[in-house]
Amino acid sequence: MTATATAPPVVRTETRAPRRRRAQRPGRLIAEIITVVVAGIVAFPLYWMVLSALKPAGEIQSANPRPWTFSPSFDSFERVLGSAGLGRYFVNSVIVAVVVVALSMLLSFLAAVALTRFHFKGRTVLLVMLLVAQMVPIEALTIPLFFLMRSVGDVAPAFGLNELGSLVLVHLAFTLPFAIWMLRGFVAAVPAELEEAATVDGASRFRFTWQILFPLVAPGLVATSVLSFIHAWNDFLFAKTFIISDTSNQTLPLGILVFFKPEENDWGAIMAGSTLMTIPVLVFFLLVQRKLVSGMAGAVKG
Amino acid sequence: MATQILPVTKPPRGGAARPSRRRGDGRAAAIYLLPAAILLLAILAYPIYQLVLISFYDYGQAQAAGRAPLEFIGFDNYAKLLGEAQFWTVLAKTVGFAGVCVVGSLLVGTTLAVLASRVRALPRMLLFIAALGAWATPALAGSYIWLFLFDTDFGLVNEVLSGLGFESMARHSWTFDTYSAFGLVAAEVIWCSFPFVMITMYAGIKAIPEEVLEAATLDGASWTKIATSIMLPILRPVLMIATIQSIIWDFKVFTQIYVMTNGGGLAGRNLVLNVYAYQEAFAGADYGLGAAIGVVMTVLLLSITTLYVRSQKREAGLL
Repeated sequence: MTATATAPPVVRTETRAPRRRRAQRPGRLIAEIITVVVAGIVAFPLYWMVLSALKPAGEIQSANPRPWTFSPSFDSFERVLGSAGLGRYFVNSVIVAVVVVALSMLLSFLAAVALTRFHFKGRTVLLVMLLVAQMVPIEALTIPLFFLMRSVGDVAPAFGLNELGSLVLVHLAFTLPFAIWMLRGFVAAVPAELEEAATVDGASRFRFTWQILFPLVAPGLVATSVLSFIHAWNDFLFAKTFIISDTSNQTLPLGILVFFKPEENDWGAIMAGSTLMTIPVLVFFLLVQRKLVSGMAGAVKG
Repeated sequence: MATQILPVTKPPRGGAARPSRRRGDGRAAAIYLLPAAILLLAILAYPIYQLVLISFYDYGQAQAAGRAPLEFIGFDNYAKLLGEAQFWTVLAKTVGFAGVCVVGSLLVGTTLAVLASRVRALPRMLLFIAALGAWATPALAGSYIWLFLFDTDFGLVNEVLSGLGFESMARHSWTFDTYSAFGLVAAEVIWCSFPFVMITMYAGIKAIPEEVLEAATLDGASWTKIATSIMLPILRPVLMIATIQSIIWDFKVFTQIYVMTNGGGLAGRNLVLNVYAYQEAFAGADYGLGAAIGVVMTVLLLSITTLYVRSQKREAGLL
């Protein structure tokens, strides 16, 4: 935001503008220095994570940690991916997150279209219920969900305890209310005239939904998908509760837990595992950050 | 109940968002809503009902395994819970901990949003990228990073502090004392949750028309005057949403407490309601009591929901 850019389109006296600009400049420079320092502080833990993951074994267990390393090594990564089999858990996490994102986009899009563009009784009640559903502390539902998944396993083994399917179901249900609520704004923003025109041209409701609405709300779908992805990817509680005996179906967070011991933590491995866990989300975030920010703003403003 | 929360529904405003009326809307809506509805009923509504039900039973390991019959005990679990001193301690700690996290992330987020709106693009971009990084970090990874930074033996913080002359900080345990352990977890929670506040508030600040601020400046209004009488009223709805979202998130923190204090600290000194319920149910095999804690927590959070719905009333009126 430069001083000239904020200048209003009014005619000013010659002396006024330069004085303002001069007064603003040192203040802004200080603000900019503070901003950069704060950015450094905020990013530091991530730097430390990657650095520690790359330090050789002897260096990380040093009582005098250095803020850099002279001999980066991939030993820690090899350790977690090799003996601990974190590669498999990584794949499991990816499967759960990707399936949740895909299904949550599809289901929330359909629901958002129905709740925004169709007229039917009880629509307001449904919307308020979705709002309330977002506030339910899902952690409190761990107990009934544990029993539910145990009995589901008798009927549909793929969705029972120790199966990735149970995690997919749970995360899907928990991301849907927010996803629908968020997408609503995007679907509502598509002008009604467009739909009328499409109807006049003879497009069915189904065609209108997929060929016109779907591409138009793509930015909203991206923002929604990020939040669903993070939710499923970050889950620790349900993976810990549901995947109890079949260790090959564990997800990444549980895999890292192995290196966390009361007496002797393997910090190199923990930091390497944390790095592996953070990178996909970080990449996803940076790829869609613009759409995410506008999506957030859209959800806030409605 | 839902309609009581939202007593006023305004008629649709504006033309753009108005849905078109066609015949058969109800049937089409049912088809579109069906998949989501089935899932939400099965995985959200039914478990809520089950949670309440379980909380009325003496539900231990034997009952869970089907080896003993279920015994309905009414409100006994609640009576036991409310009679325990530990419950009130945990409740107080949960509220205190969540309060610190909410105030912390709001203060940091709002301050940085104001700062970001007053600097040029490059420093702002650096701040946003750093904030997105913190936001994107999974709770578990974030917990480990902060634990490692504050580790007794190999942590950078102790090293730096003792290097600066605070010799007593060498080999200091940050997770031993109740307050410093909670403080460490709160720092991590604020670190990963302020970006949401910052980005929302930044979007809100950017939405304030430039002319309004310029006019105020030309009228000779001071910065504090502009901030309190012009910006704050405009930003209030956005601030409200950020506040309520933060309350809901920070009240439900599980992973950070569980991992950073190793399951709630020595002798449960760092328990919050969530971890308490989990420990009672799965470690203590008292599912009935755990469910009762869950119900108490849900009721607490749903009362906060009422606030949230009120703040959304204007938007809900657009339905």
